[in-house]
Amino acid sequence: MNAAFSRRTLLKAGAAGTLLLGFHLPMARAAIGTFEPNAFIRIAGDGTVTLVMPQVEMGQGTYTSISQILAEELDADWSLVTVAHAPPSDKLYGNPFFGIQVTGNSNSIRAFWDPLRKAGATARALLVQAAAQQWKVDAASCRAAKGEVFHDASGRKLGYGALAAAAGTQTPPENPPLKAVKDFTLVGQPLKRLDTAGKVNGTVKYGIDALPPGVKFASVTLSPVQGGKVVKVDDSKAKAMPGVRQVVVLDDVVAVVGDHTWVAKQGLAALEIEWDDGPNAKISSADVWNDLRAASQNKGAVAKEEGDADKALGDGERLDAAYEMPFLAHATMEPMNCVVHVTADGCEVWIGTQVMSRVQAEVAKALNLPAEKVIVHQHLLGGGFGRRLEPDMAVISARIAQQVATPLKVTWSREEDIRHDVYRPVYRDVISASLKDGKINGWTYRVTGSAVLARWFPPAYQKDIDIDGVDSAADIPYGIPNLRVEFVRKEPGVVTTGFWRGVGPNNNVFAIESFIDELAHKAGKDPVDFRVAHLDKTPRLKAAVQLAAQKSGWGEKLPARTARGISAQVAFGSFISTVVEAEVDSSGEVQLRRIVSAVDTGIPVNPDTIIAQLQGGLIFGLTAALFGEITIKNGRVEQSNFHDYRMLRINEVPPIEVHLIPSEEHPGGTGETGATAGPPALGNALYAATGIRLRRLPIDRDILAGKKPA
Amino acid sequence: MITLTINGESKQLDVTEDTPLLWALRDVLGMTGTKFGCGIAQCGACTVQVDGQAVRSCMLPVGAIGEGSKITTIEGIGATDAGARIQKAWLDLEVVQCGYCQSGQIMSASALLAATPQPDDKDIDAAMAGNICRCGTYVRIREAIKKAAGVA
Ligand code: FES
Ligand code: FES
Repeated sequence: MNAAFSRRTLLKAGAAGTLLLGFHLPMARAAIGTFEPNAFIRIAGDGTVTLVMPQVEMGQGTYTSISQILAEELDADWSLVTVAHAPPSDKLYGNPFFGIQVTGNSNSIRAFWDPLRKAGATARALLVQAAAQQWKVDAASCRAAKGEVFHDASGRKLGYGALAAAAGTQTPPENPPLKAVKDFTLVGQPLKRLDTAGKVNGTVKYGIDALPPGVKFASVTLSPVQGGKVVKVDDSKAKAMPGVRQVVVLDDVVAVVGDHTWVAKQGLAALEIEWDDGPNAKISSADVWNDLRAASQNKGAVAKEEGDADKALGDGERLDAAYEMPFLAHATMEPMNCVVHVTADGCEVWIGTQVMSRVQAEVAKALNLPAEKVIVHQHLLGGGFGRRLEPDMAVISARIAQQVATPLKVTWSREEDIRHDVYRPVYRDVISASLKDGKINGWTYRVTGSAVLARWFPPAYQKDIDIDGVDSAADIPYGIPNLRVEFVRKEPGVVTTGFWRGVGPNNNVFAIESFIDELAHKAGKDPVDFRVAHLDKTPRLKAAVQLAAQKSGWGEKLPARTARGISAQVAFGSFISTVVEAEVDSSGEVQLRRIVSAVDTGIPVNPDTIIAQLQGGLIFGLTAALFGEITIKNGRVEQSNFHDYRMLRINEVPPIEVHLIPSEEHPGGTGETGATAGPPALGNALYAATGIRLRRLPIDRDILAGKKPA
Repeated sequence: MITLTINGESKQLDVTEDTPLLWALRDVLGMTGTKFGCGIAQCGACTVQVDGQAVRSCMLPVGAIGEGSKITTIEGIGATDAGARIQKAWLDLEVVQCGYCQSGQIMSASALLAATPQPDDKDIDAAMAGNICRCGTYVRIREAIKKAAGVA
């Protein structure tokens, strides 16, 4: 049993261009002769190059893109490149945007572009110096390519492996020269992903697949109401079940440990648990919305002010609207889980997380251990989407495992996963604008909702403004002479809120792009023309709008109740415009017919990955727009699994075209962008098809069918 | 003891008859390629083949599987012609993102291809609608099935 584990501590999947799951590799002192110029690069005597990934792979393709950047400046032989997960260390692998080890906000490439290039170039310079010294020639007369250093004048060459030991003794140059964009041979190429070979044959290991020797399996249930506590548990039936080993009762969590997950789950179902639901016991969605709407009447902290917005609102034709966004669960395909082994003097954790060092620190805190006593084994993630920016699953699992003698795998059922998420906040966005001579003259925009950053990263929350909460709103791409953007913090209390793919912009882009559409119609202008007329200050977005319109056949006739809608956004450093074509039937049911996106994301490190991220992100966002809503009744989340928290399926997904706009600008992020682009384009298409404006997500089919007022 | 034939090998399992195949594979046999996603036959992550049919192993009690039945999992599907072609097309077109749903997608797609060598869009919808991909790889899944079938 569990024989699979012993073979897999160091598992090489496939040949060249491989994923090396070297959990311990970066921690251990490298073998003698290995060149370790920095935290990211290891070159062994046999010439193999191991790149240590400061960001985590959750499907977005970053292991490949990061490797392309490092290997480009290093002039590595791509076929000899393997990648390894980084160990927890803010010092070595902290994200330059946050100073801690975190993967999110579509900033892996944006944040690491410069440091990775420098790391690669430094290593290359050291290898060249080492060769020059050996040949007793000037380093400037040598060049590197594909894992070798050449001295063309004498026809000599040496491989990186042969130079590794000597390179380690060289003094690194302060500012190694970086390549010109035109000289890139790896960056900009649609290279094959390094993480996929094991994902098509079952050999890949996610956190949920870890099987340390002797592992037992736990099924867990958390207080159905946040803040509730266990009063008592009758475990007599569960304990009598064959295969059930132990029942663990903590103050807010109950778990059953068994020989496998199924028996643990059966044992859990056989428990009789009495909960004290605590202070949230009576709160329902209507209360949350009443509070949010009331709070949105208040003046907020001003995130941006230009001209005199109040005066300008009185000068021209005025339009007012409010948009509302529901709670959303992440529903990563891999449910929450964590394997923990608590021993006499420490602890080991097997997990796939977006926050390695935070998992280590929080588990250490929960177990009252020094951080270095907590060993964290990172895995690939079966989806992140912001859910795995939280360490809760590791902390809960560690608290349970503390009561258990063996290693313990704790798996959340899908029901527990959906009901104990850290939800995308509810938001209400109140917008007013005035039109003068067909152009926007005044604009006020007030976001009311959670300040996720204030909880998750307090140093970034300054002056009552959540910079993520107003992202893509404070820096609106349209030329508007008088504007004010405000943020009102309102925490729902009944559930914890967190980051969700698209983060702040997925709220703001929906509200702004829907309202821009309303203004275009009010001004009697075509929505594309109206946007273009306001985009002189953002030419990259203007070009994207024009390309999306052209490629989508904007303006061409469509059947009745079928229409196109457009959105435009500057978010995460990328400039994107999207056209959704949709059809509405008489019952209000919506069919997606076609999606076209035009994307300027600067230098496209791996163009195919960018296209994939847009395709997937669009589906992610449109899934939410069409179906996504978490509701609360008596403190409890009402949804539980995919039958009542629906996902788009293959038969509901139309062709998606993504057009990349060539660019030599600093690379932007793309993982989040599709999620923000789809919903407003859909809403605008539905308006064009029916004349009905939906200002709330998810879309209400009864309103589209005319059975309910908008 | 329950005896099952998995990827051509006979396996002995000391579990109760009502134990779903999914957990017998993952937790007892250590064959973790087959994934848990929902537990209620809604997502397809746990798809395996029983005598060539795609089935959801999270709802299939081991006691309901006949001793003569042949179970194929993601670890063994590459040994079949349809499975090998699907895996190759998946990599050629870079279908995979996080990959967590892909064992199930590949098991459903190879069952489709084996039964319907020239699937059209409707066949693909019918065979694949039970498999959720949260990363949204559907556009490429469709293309890859067609490529594997040689109809693209
Ligand atoms: S886990 Fe079996 S269908 Fe979802
Ligand atoms: S590839 Fe991530 S769920 Fe399908």
